[in-house]
Amino acid sequence: MQNLNWLLKMAWRDSRRNRSRLFLFMSSIVLGIAALVAINSFGDNLTQQINSEAKELLGADVELESRSPFPDSLYQFLQNENLQLSEERAFASMVYFPKNGGTRLINVRAVEANYPFYGKIESTPFESADQYNKNEKALVDQSLMLQFNVSPNDSVRIGNKVFSIAGEINKTPGQSAITTTVAPPVFIPFSKLEETGLMQKGSRINYKLYIKFPNGIDDQKYFNEVLKPRLEKEEIRFDDVEERKEELGDAYSDLTGFLNLTAFIALLLGCIGVGSSVQVYVKEKVKSVAILRCLGASSLQGMWIFLIQIAIIGLIGSVIGSLIGSSIQYFLPQLFADFLPFEIELSFSYGSFFQGILIGLLASLLFALVPLLQIRKVSPLNVLRSLGWGKTSKASRFVYVLVVLFVFGFSYIQLHELQKAAVFTVSLLGAALILMGVSRLIIWAVRKYFPEKAPFTTRQGLANLYRPNNQTLILVVTIGLGTALITTLMLSQDLLLDKVKLSSSENQPNMVLFDIQSDQVDEVIEITKNDSLPVISEVPIVTMKLHSMKGESVESIREDTTAGVRNWVLRREYRVTYRDKLIDSETILEGEWKGTVENDSIFISLDQGLAEDMKVGLGDPLTFNVQGALIECYVGSIREIDWQRVQTNFLVVFPEGVLEEAPKFHVLLTRYEKVEKSAQYQQKVVSKFPNISIIDLDLILKTVDEVLGKISFVIQFMAFFSIITGVIVLIGAVNISKFQRMQEAVLLRTIGASRKQIVRINFMEYFFLGSISSLTGIIIAILSSWGLAYFSFETVFVPNLWAVLITYIAITGLTVFIGLTNSRSVVNKPPLEILRKEV
Amino acid sequence: MNHILAVQNLSKTYQSGEKSLTVLSDINFEIEPGSSCAIIGPSGSGKTTLLGLCAGLDEAGTGSVILNNKKLETLSEDERAAVRNASVGFIFQSFNLLPTLTALENVMVPLELLGKKNVKPIAVDLLQKVGLGDRMDHYASQLSGGEQQRVSIARAFANQPKILFADEPTGNLDQETGETIEALIFNLNKELGTTLVLVTHDHDLAKRTDRILQLKGGKLIKDTLTTEDA
Repeated sequence: MQNLNWLLKMAWRDSRRNRSRLFLFMSSIVLGIAALVAINSFGDNLTQQINSEAKELLGADVELESRSPFPDSLYQFLQNENLQLSEERAFASMVYFPKNGGTRLINVRAVEANYPFYGKIESTPFESADQYNKNEKALVDQSLMLQFNVSPNDSVRIGNKVFSIAGEINKTPGQSAITTTVAPPVFIPFSKLEETGLMQKGSRINYKLYIKFPNGIDDQKYFNEVLKPRLEKEEIRFDDVEERKEELGDAYSDLTGFLNLTAFIALLLGCIGVGSSVQVYVKEKVKSVAILRCLGASSLQGMWIFLIQIAIIGLIGSVIGSLIGSSIQYFLPQLFADFLPFEIELSFSYGSFFQGILIGLLASLLFALVPLLQIRKVSPLNVLRSLGWGKTSKASRFVYVLVVLFVFGFSYIQLHELQKAAVFTVSLLGAALILMGVSRLIIWAVRKYFPEKAPFTTRQGLANLYRPNNQTLILVVTIGLGTALITTLMLSQDLLLDKVKLSSSENQPNMVLFDIQSDQVDEVIEITKNDSLPVISEVPIVTMKLHSMKGESVESIREDTTAGVRNWVLRREYRVTYRDKLIDSETILEGEWKGTVENDSIFISLDQGLAEDMKVGLGDPLTFNVQGALIECYVGSIREIDWQRVQTNFLVVFPEGVLEEAPKFHVLLTRYEKVEKSAQYQQKVVSKFPNISIIDLDLILKTVDEVLGKISFVIQFMAFFSIITGVIVLIGAVNISKFQRMQEAVLLRTIGASRKQIVRINFMEYFFLGSISSLTGIIIAILSSWGLAYFSFETVFVPNLWAVLITYIAITGLTVFIGLTNSRSVVNKPPLEILRKEV
Repeated sequence: MNHILAVQNLSKTYQSGEKSLTVLSDINFEIEPGSSCAIIGPSGSGKTTLLGLCAGLDEAGTGSVILNNKKLETLSEDERAAVRNASVGFIFQSFNLLPTLTALENVMVPLELLGKKNVKPIAVDLLQKVGLGDRMDHYASQLSGGEQQRVSIARAFANQPKILFADEPTGNLDQETGETIEALIFNLNKELGTTLVLVTHDHDLAKRTDRILQLKGGKLIKDTLTTEDA
């Protein structure tokens, strides 16, 4: 105990003359912890809210969903069980505002008056959500009202029916703003659906049934024992409150996990800063440790004094960071507003607060431990002659392993997958190792090929890169890692946008008309041609389900757990076309393409991925149920499809001569150049054929751009913590190096170096450091973005050279600015004053 | 055994790459408690190395150092640190004060390390003895060289060591201050009955001790009692 008291006393005594530097160590981790705690606290509150509002988010106890009408037997069963039901039909369609002729693809939601059972549709005027059903009006999404400048009591036409607008939708149960961006919702009374004329055969309608349990029963027990078995038997998709909780929880835990990793990078940058600053700090303490050893302090006592200092600094930094983080979380709802299906009520999360402190303390100690452990090796003989410290001990290597485990463990907790955590850890480690390698290479190269004939200031600046106690390694790693992170974010965002833009470029179609009935095709083509728009392609689509494969029914394949057939291929509704030739986005891999039926045997062509998931090969028989009629066919060929192209691509293609008489709808692809022309064309089509839906790819592009903008803003917000941490670490590292360089600079000034020369030397040193670090970081970012482009997005990567150049100039400029600002005390004051004060 | 320090067949060799450099070779001597002894010799003769080995700051290559009845080569570094704390005091040419501690705290440290309580009055008393009663709260950087060395003397005597090792204690000081410091060391040495081993270039200073050990090329070439010499 006495020993501990003495150690604490010594740690405090020693800290008095080093407060400003210890404060910098502390600052390095504050923002990383703040970001972590903010995201964790927010995530905690989010989970709590999801748990407490799960019913409101679902709007019912159970939600059933199907692509086809629910069987009568199910209705019978549900009614016998005395359950309250509310029906919904949802589908994509065009909306038309007679006031100004505006048209747009929307999501029609025809619901019964009693929906939702829990929670409510939030609307303006407030009462419109309760009254639109009774008054046979429509509720229109607020962004749609804004876009087409319509107000309550204006009209909206959906299909053949014109509705008066009751009000605007602000929020619906379980939907966030971002999910309604592409097709904003319009609610109409369920009873008026038929009048729209949009419920035609082949229309892609989503059938939903909301169920509310009677009061006084054990919801979970009833669901698990009575309802669930029946729904499973009927093969109906369902979402109950628990499942919705889990889905939402998973979705947001993925989001917060990802953001936590970004915050974690900020913390790691800070920790690397702490570790390297401590390295320099304790190197300066070698003499003091040796004196203490002479006076009888043990090797551990010497280490503990500084370990306690770092622990206390880490603790204070973590507490401050946690407090800041707990406050920042109150600003996050605004940041995430578009991603959340509810308004979040925030409270102080003690769990996240203490977790932040623990992680901060652990991280700062772990990273500081390597240099601290070396204190044990300081010989007391250093009092007589300068020996420095010994080689890295085994314990230090063990600490490196602990650091890697710490990074891996943390990322695993956030990502929930060993593989992803390993990739994250290895990537981070790889980036750090590359940067370390580069800095060592630079040190070696500068020494080896030193420009002896360069001007004095350049030589001095360059020599500072390899002189004892140089900051090359730490600055290159921290600045480089920060640059790599920020540039990768920037380039990935460009990559996503470019990918979307690519789809709409040049002669690619940018407008898709679908749900065209067979008897409307000719007229639609005529309207298109009259408007001088090209008919790039027009294809028929027949919907069907898989009935059997290789003679075995879909049901028995599903029951056979050893079959290895992916479930999606058995359950999905196939949208199939028929034609006599391949299109240019298709390549035959196996078999032979047959465009027409030969000898009564139907040979179809399958997508490569589909055939793999179906576990079928050439010649295998498949039977499809085409709206009641069974059609047996054989796998005639397997195709590779380039899904990147805006084409009507199909997993299954039939030859001509089979499906011509089946109920079908058509899709038409065209391209417009001017927005006004597109609007006029859409108006003409929709006013003549209200059932036809039109996707304007340019509008989608703009929407995607907007969504990406919002996402990237969140990411940039998180990256901001890394940037500021990088700046703090930079200030810390430069500050530390200032102490190292002070003596040299003062000596140079003493022997007559001018102020200008000292500034030039410093400028050169920080210019080299900034350039090397930012360029290495940028190269890492380009490599990782290329990896993302090649492996994930499967697209060509062309780096945005302007963005890269601006990053380089900004980071190098910042390094030079901080470097020069920090060394101004050496430059502006008389040498003797500094010699007395600092050295 | 009646020796506070006994050095037997002591040698020390440093390895530098493939070359080995013998700094001390076959040194033998004993020092009686309460006596004073000077180690002299030209630069590079091994004086400081010998002092470091006698004080247990480094490990001998071969041979033995017995300090206060403890065979140093059999002890670990931490055990040697405990021996130093209990029975050794140091005065260095470059003072070696802890820069982040005040003069008073520097003097308190050896006592605190011994686990003693209420050490402040002892440290204050020592600082007053060396004439620094009014500068106790100053840091090393705020003291002159002579003042720093006086703090270092107060610190060296704080734990009432049985033996005091001094490495060129006046080497960094002007003549007048040097003489004051010499007087302080010898007076305290006499007053407290401490054994004194000092390394010096200064023959006049060496002559004030009871015995002079002269080194050359790492070997002990002369061992003289100053009374005989006089």
